[in-house]
Amino acid sequence: MPNGMFINVIIQDKIKKNKELAKKIIEVCPVDIFELKDNELNTKEEFLDECTLCDLCINIVKDDSIIIKKLY
Amino acid sequence: MRFYEYESKQVLKKFNITIPSGGIATNPDDAMKIHKELNCEVVIKSQVLSGGRMKAGGVKFSANYETTKKYTEEILALTINNLKPVCVIVEPKSGISQEYYAAITWDGVEKKPVLIFSDMGGIDIEEVAEKYPSHVSRTHLSNLKPIYDYSAKIAVSNVGITGKDLNSLSRMLKGLIDIFNKYDLTLAEINPIAKLNDGSFIALDGHMDMEAEARNYHQDLLTELNINKEDTRQSRPPTQFEIDGAAVDAQDTRGVAGNVTEFSGNLGLIIGAGGGSLTLFDAVTNAGGKPANYCEIGGNPSVKKTAELTKLIVSKPGVEKIAVMMNVVSNTRVDIVARGVIKGVIEAGFKPKDKITIFRIPGSWEEEGFKILNKYEVEYVDRTVSMYEAANISVKKMQEEQ
Repeated sequence: MPNGMFINVIIQDKIKKNKELAKKIIEVCPVDIFELKDNELNTKEEFLDECTLCDLCINIVKDDSIIIKKLY
Repeated sequence: MRFYEYESKQVLKKFNITIPSGGIATNPDDAMKIHKELNCEVVIKSQVLSGGRMKAGGVKFSANYETTKKYTEEILALTINNLKPVCVIVEPKSGISQEYYAAITWDGVEKKPVLIFSDMGGIDIEEVAEKYPSHVSRTHLSNLKPIYDYSAKIAVSNVGITGKDLNSLSRMLKGLIDIFNKYDLTLAEINPIAKLNDGSFIALDGHMDMEAEARNYHQDLLTELNINKEDTRQSRPPTQFEIDGAAVDAQDTRGVAGNVTEFSGNLGLIIGAGGGSLTLFDAVTNAGGKPANYCEIGGNPSVKKTAELTKLIVSKPGVEKIAVMMNVVSNTRVDIVARGVIKGVIEAGFKPKDKITIFRIPGSWEEEGFKILNKYEVEYVDRTVSMYEAANISVKKMQEEQ
């Protein structure tokens, strides 16, 4: 899983292959952090530091399937 | 954007302000042709976007055709303040009984246009204002209400002019006000307005500056004046540093992080927020600092954009350190800018604590921003420290290490 300098986004394995959920998460992120890669939900390393801590992705999964980790 | 004198005069003419007859020439033969048509002693004036033409030899009087040819050749070859003329104006030499000064510009303190008038024209108005203050009037104009002839009359009568001259000059000034307002100018100046020996008034020289952002609204005028879109009229061509800054800003549409202007100092500036850039630049200069650049940042630029701008500034030859300062921000996140600046410094190969003299951006998400700055041991201040104090801290740090 790639790291940003300030933000890391951890996606738990249990939701990675859920395409419906992935679609919603990709759509909701205002800074384009998520992508579908090899049929799995993934993050784009170059955009991780753009995370605005808006929690919209977390609100979609409603549990700890996505964790936003501040590296500071 | 500045207009050449001959362009300014065309604008004056559109508003029925009398200008001298004559024309422009790009070579000595054409100048001589104009002289022959005028059939009187002429003045030949360099058309260059710079002051100080007279002192530099860019204005000459000629009584015969051969000297007109010779002077035109000399003036066209003359560089004034590193600028070459685009052509010369050839006009009749006027018989003048008195000269006046009139200009409209913005008063930044009053936040209104101000009409400045003097019965001592033809020389630097700053000098007149200092030595003969009673000969200069300042009349503020409304931003909202229509401007009537009355305002122009007040300006003229305040330096003691009455009667027929008051009416004639007021008409000219009202025309100048209309030009200023219609074309979104930042300066509309006639210096001098000449009272000729026959008692009539004429605009002998004009200077106009249009708000750069207003260009699109006034394409008709610019087309009429043969000014094409590529002709930006900047005082000099952009440097590579400035071109690179514009490219950073063009990366994406989020916020502003660019509009850099290069200076020769050693302190890089990442500054902005509602006029904050200008204030902070001045604050650094007033504190004895030497800015390496001017720039504008705001409107919540992306981390990447801020990082790229930071990299550009911190890597500029001669830059020893940078100062990151803004006014209190509500539409820009402090933590996002902090991330961008720190990332830019690190990616440029430096340690943030060594390169950033001060980080002074108070506003939204500042607590989060301060956590980031703490981690990288960057000195920061909050809104209890003014922009001027922050600039002083930054400059002092630079001086201590020299």
